[in-house]
Amino acid sequence: MAGTAVRGRLTWQTATVSSVLDETAKVRTLSLEVPDWAGHRAGQHLDVRLTSEDGYRAERSYSIATAPGEPVAITVERLDNGEVSPYLTEDVRPGDQFEIRGPIGGYFVWDPVDGGPLLLLAGGSGIVPLRAILRHRTREESPVPVRLLYSSRGWADVIYRGELDHHAQGVAVIYTLTRQQPAGWTGYARRVDQQMLSDVAWPAAQAPQAYACGPTSFVESVASGLVALGYPPGRVKTERFGATGS
Amino acid sequence: MSPISRGFHRRHDEAEPAGRVPPGQYVTHDFPVLSAGPTPHTPLANWTFSIEGAREPKTWTWQEFQALPAETVTVDIHCVTRWSKLDTVWTGVSLDVLLGAVSYDDPYVLAFCDGGYTTNVPVADLTGGKAWVAYSYDGGPLPSEHGGPARLLVPHLYFWKSAKWVRGLRLREVDAPGFWEMYGYHMYGDPWREQRYAGD
Repeated sequence: MAGTAVRGRLTWQTATVSSVLDETAKVRTLSLEVPDWAGHRAGQHLDVRLTSEDGYRAERSYSIATAPGEPVAITVERLDNGEVSPYLTEDVRPGDQFEIRGPIGGYFVWDPVDGGPLLLLAGGSGIVPLRAILRHRTREESPVPVRLLYSSRGWADVIYRGELDHHAQGVAVIYTLTRQQPAGWTGYARRVDQQMLSDVAWPAAQAPQAYACGPTSFVESVASGLVALGYPPGRVKTERFGATGS
Repeated sequence: MSPISRGFHRRHDEAEPAGRVPPGQYVTHDFPVLSAGPTPHTPLANWTFSIEGAREPKTWTWQEFQALPAETVTVDIHCVTRWSKLDTVWTGVSLDVLLGAVSYDDPYVLAFCDGGYTTNVPVADLTGGKAWVAYSYDGGPLPSEHGGPARLLVPHLYFWKSAKWVRGLRLREVDAPGFWEMYGYHMYGDPWREQRYAGD
């Protein structure tokens, strides 16, 4: 599990929102202009700091949605009881400013030299860092074969759907819609289970590299499912968010 | 001078309890889970807790560990991802008991865990009633996704120092980074000084 040391002080920088894009009814991508951005790797995240007129501050972490070399963007899901995500998804307009620092995290990252085949497992907005990995693979013209299993509640909740529908060669996108399916849906219509994983996952003998991101229950289930399929735990990288429900 | 985020304002009327929430943190009533890989499941029959690098190595089996004097503590915990959880109740064995069972001079430890995770902590932050190896949370067995069967509990440092699935401590003469510390997180991790990342 050794990695490249990431050192040096992370300072707060002013980011200017250059554009906003609604991905779904609850999810918005903010593209940012950051003059001194040092660059990032696919899968990393950054910290956002908002400051109100009366000096109140709130900080949160968000996955970076874009590939290395692309302008920084974050994709934010509105949490109804949240303080930062409702602002970022409803109030922010192009030209608005807030502070960011990063990039942060060096474990849940992928580069073409890391090889594959790649198995990407996304639950809900857990797709964001995996989308950065997909874009990085495309930009670098990596031939590494990819299977993406993406679990959403319904078709309207799928983030980056247009982009994923026009995925690059060598990328297979498999959806499962857990709550609502459009008429005529022939894909998976349940939570990811062991049968679905064994249908979709690369055989362990091919030494795949797996990245799972999503709510805790999703990640717990797919990560232990992959270990049961023979994936070495060190080949299953996870990023989790959300409550356990306990 | 921070730019004002136009239109942003505090949404939570609930004031944080004074003096209990470090800067940049917010109180959550959930118990979020963050880990870098699959949750390991070591059978208790195979579980041991070891101290390496002392004059004599020391290892406890699960049964022996359960027979050690236990304490139940109520503490606030602070995750570097910004959630803090107040008044969490844990039962476990004080590091004073564990480190008291060996003789050593080294000032640092590297905690090691199932799954390969490691984290570094000064011995001075583990002794004096400040740290435990906890096997119970909120009156029940510690759930595996929260680090069960046993995790380190060092509540005065950011919670990544409270290593899940801990299997032992390696005493060290020189401080060396653990897993997240290698990836740019702070070597010490004091939430009250917001030591989140290297250089903070």
